Amino acid sequence: MIMRDAIAGLLSAIKDEYVVCANGFISRDTFNAKDRPRNFYMLGSMGQASSIGLGLAIADPRKKVVVFDGDGNLLMNLGILAMIAQISPKNLIHVVLDNECYDSTGGQPTISSSIDLSGAAKGCGIKNVVKKGPSEDITAAFKDCLAKDGPHFLLLKVARDPSEKVPRVDIKPPEIAARFKRS
Amino acid sequence: MDAQGLKKSLNGLGFDFFTGVPCSLLGGMIKALGDGYIPSVREDTALGLAAGAYLGGKKPCVLMQNSGIGYSLNVLTSLNLIYDIPVLLIISFRGFAGKDAPEHLVMGKHCVELMETIGIRSKVCDGPEIEAALAEADRHIKDGKPYAVFIKEGAVS
Repeated sequence: MIMRDAIAGLLSAIKDEYVVCANGFISRDTFNAKDRPRNFYMLGSMGQASSIGLGLAIADPRKKVVVFDGDGNLLMNLGILAMIAQISPKNLIHVVLDNECYDSTGGQPTISSSIDLSGAAKGCGIKNVVKKGPSEDITAAFKDCLAKDGPHFLLLKVARDPSEKVPRVDIKPPEIAARFKRS
Repeated sequence: MDAQGLKKSLNGLGFDFFTGVPCSLLGGMIKALGDGYIPSVREDTALGLAAGAYLGGKKPCVLMQNSGIGYSLNVLTSLNLIYDIPVLLIISFRGFAGKDAPEHLVMGKHCVELMETIGIRSKVCDGPEIEAALAEADRHIKDGKPYAVFIKEGAVS
């Protein structure tokens, strides 16, 4: 399954949750599939979508927070797994869409094909860790996470679409933040 | 200024979310914050956490040593400054006036101008100047801007 379709599947299960999207194609695919005020699109600051999601989950435990992270993003901020495990917020679902490359810069490989990201999450002590391959039902796995207390770490192996040409997020950054905060 | 007093001033201004990475100069402050302080693994991660907290309705403050400005620059410039996400930075000033261990000297020489270069207002403080700096910081934060309060050695006990 290509990442764009995986994201569309995940979004079909989203109701009132807050979704923090990593920069690059994850933000762009989410924006183009289903823009909503409760989506926060990272434009830069690679690696920090997961930090924002954790901060939001701590700030308001009543909000259910979903992070759409990428493999390159997570590798850049791998220490966040230790923080999520230590703080252990029940309302956080950390989804990693792993296409084993830096997609928006031309598909250069990350090192995620040869390391075990879900093992890292487990090793840190994150409560619920699930890994799904490209042919498995990822939407069902995500719905399970939404239904149960977290924190959840959901690693989804997805394929790169080399013809990916989706438009950029065309909302100004202050408006992305303001409407997310208001929502 | 003592750390309890600083904590009281911060709480009085409404700051209610504290994270960061320690410095020996901030040890008393972190101790005073107790369970209200969330240890982050890196300074940029602390800024990300603070941004999320702000989006969730909190008024965040990040504590770090000036060495952490290096890790922080990308988040300040491509998150805080472009999304209008404010944060109070309390930064310990190592390497002030060229007197410190070698690893602090280059950042000590340039940390204030680095903030100025990227458009973040700051104030370098000895103890008695902190209150006024916090009030000034709060005005910028209400406008959605980050502000850096540099704390010199001995300013907070």
